[in-house]
Amino acid sequence: MSELMQFLLSGATVGAVYALVALGFTIIYNASDVVNFAQGEFVMLGGMTTVFAHAAGLPLPLAALVAVVATSALGVALNKLAIEPARGAPVVSLIIITIGASIFIRGAAQLVFDKQIHRFPAFTGDDPLHILGATILPQSLWVIGGALVVFVALWLFFTRTLTGRAVLATSNNRLAAQLVGINTNWVMTLSFALSAGIGALAGVLVTPITMTSYDVGIALALKGFAAAMLGGMGNPKGALVGGILLGLLESLTAGYLSSTYKDAAAFIVILGVLFFMPQGLFGRKSTDRV
Amino acid sequence: MKTLTTTALGTLMALGLATAAMADIKIGATVSATGPASFLGDPEAKTLEMLVEELNAAGGINGEKVELVLYDDGGDPNKARTFATRLVEDDEVVAIIGGSTTGTTMSIISVAEDAEVPFISLAGAVEIIEPVKPFTFKTPHTDRMACEKIFEDMQKRGFTKVGMISGTDGFGASMQAQCKSVVGNYGIEIVADETYDPKDADMTAQLTNIKGADGIQAVLNPGFGQGPSIVTRNYKQLAIDLPLYQSHGVASDGFIELAGADAAEGVRLPGTALLIADILPEDDAQKPVVTAYKAAFEAKTGTPVGTFGGYAHDAFLILKDAITRAGSAEPAAIRDAIEATSGLVGTTGVYTMSPENHLGLDLSAFRMLEIKGGKWTIVE
Repeated sequence: MSELMQFLLSGATVGAVYALVALGFTIIYNASDVVNFAQGEFVMLGGMTTVFAHAAGLPLPLAALVAVVATSALGVALNKLAIEPARGAPVVSLIIITIGASIFIRGAAQLVFDKQIHRFPAFTGDDPLHILGATILPQSLWVIGGALVVFVALWLFFTRTLTGRAVLATSNNRLAAQLVGINTNWVMTLSFALSAGIGALAGVLVTPITMTSYDVGIALALKGFAAAMLGGMGNPKGALVGGILLGLLESLTAGYLSSTYKDAAAFIVILGVLFFMPQGLFGRKSTDRV
Repeated sequence: MKTLTTTALGTLMALGLATAAMADIKIGATVSATGPASFLGDPEAKTLEMLVEELNAAGGINGEKVELVLYDDGGDPNKARTFATRLVEDDEVVAIIGGSTTGTTMSIISVAEDAEVPFISLAGAVEIIEPVKPFTFKTPHTDRMACEKIFEDMQKRGFTKVGMISGTDGFGASMQAQCKSVVGNYGIEIVADETYDPKDADMTAQLTNIKGADGIQAVLNPGFGQGPSIVTRNYKQLAIDLPLYQSHGVASDGFIELAGADAAEGVRLPGTALLIADILPEDDAQKPVVTAYKAAFEAKTGTPVGTFGGYAHDAFLILKDAITRAGSAEPAAIRDAIEATSGLVGTTGVYTMSPENHLGLDLSAFRMLEIKGGKWTIVE
């Protein structure tokens, strides 16, 4: 019993990390149908900037704030310098641009920061909490809480605010959105800033657990992307559920089957789901008029 | 008189020729200064540059300056092969140091062996020197030696049933295999064998299974990078009170910092003398070498010295020693001299090579260390 509980808590910890990363994908995807492969780099920048700002003497909350703001600014720069000039290019080209941007950011981070692995202290200590004979670190609760807060905020943003609806309208039909008075350039800039900010926030929350270095972005983005696909790309609820589900799948496989097949089992389930539900668990069905 | 003149002329000519041949000793190197293996190649490149500078300032080898031709293969075996070929054909170097990873080393070996140029590798795998290839040598101890050192210590403490949790990266997987192949020699049985992906965020599921294994007495974690730090933290989180052994892959002060002094308390691992330069006894043969290298490297780069830079240091030392003894910079003569290396004190250990042994280290090169109060201590 306590073993099962430990596997579940382990899965929830890992799943919340995936969910936070997956949530970052939703905004840019909703605004432009572009899967931003530099999202993992935003997570890395959030962690690394906090590490270095904290080491330079800033208190942790301030260092985290600096990291989120700086990363958002970089998101805006990425949009202005790389995505906007290619406006009108097919979505695939834009996705390739984000891959290029991720390689560039990774290389720059190697030079600006360093190549070592870093970590900063957990927000509320390292003493594990005991639940039904199993343990969880307080930082995991921060990550789970962070994922929930971001999820609720995104859900409200997309359903209750005019700006959120403008983002969705831009993705549906850019020309029509412009005709009804939506400043689509501004929407794109905003979506990059928000996505980068959410990515950086994820980096700040998960670094005490996962540690960080200039190259953590690829692995995080890959798992976050898988989680987002499983849940349904562009849907905050999908990102949250997909992430937690992926984490639980991994830890239960590691616990009851074999840790060797942990990743394989998770990806087989994802393939199975996508085979029967190509839009993911909560994805919107798209119908094309012929 | 005539004979004397001829002899004198002959000697002069020979000297002149020798000098011409010795002028500009060109040493080649290809390491992974960037890319995924940059934590290996970066300190190696800096070490080589520093040592060549030092050597030339001190007058070079046998009065000749040394020129270092250094390439960055980015951890890519194909690039390593290209650079090795370029070193041999265009740069005409007399010896090659490099191959930060086992993959790049394997590419360089074929080039060096074909061209009959001595090559000193900086990578770990035992396959590099087994079977012995005439022109290939290496400086780091093998994974198998690390396993043997750990099992030797476990045997001393009377453990017979142990668990393993290994990373699935090249280092972890290779060491896992090596450990399983020698564990029987020590009367130890592996009762739990788990793995994790090097980028995983949490290993409590695997550790829960290990904790539940019947009669388990200790746990060994072959791995690299952040994985072992997370394992150590999760170990503390689950309050597992069995001795934990880490590998030489995380033998650095960074590991204590990442895992936290609290969680790392009591962790044992095989490390080199370089890591504990400060607490080595005064009469230790390696003390002067490691202290000098540590001081020079840290003054030059401002970053803490590490085991990997030490591998490059030792490779350069072996080469310098061999060229000095050979009195010639011909690749064949250097090869013979490297094979005759005897009692050479490096940062990793004391090297004594032979035609059958192109590594030249034994288990004494490893020190069994234990972390106490956030500091390394020597276990004896």
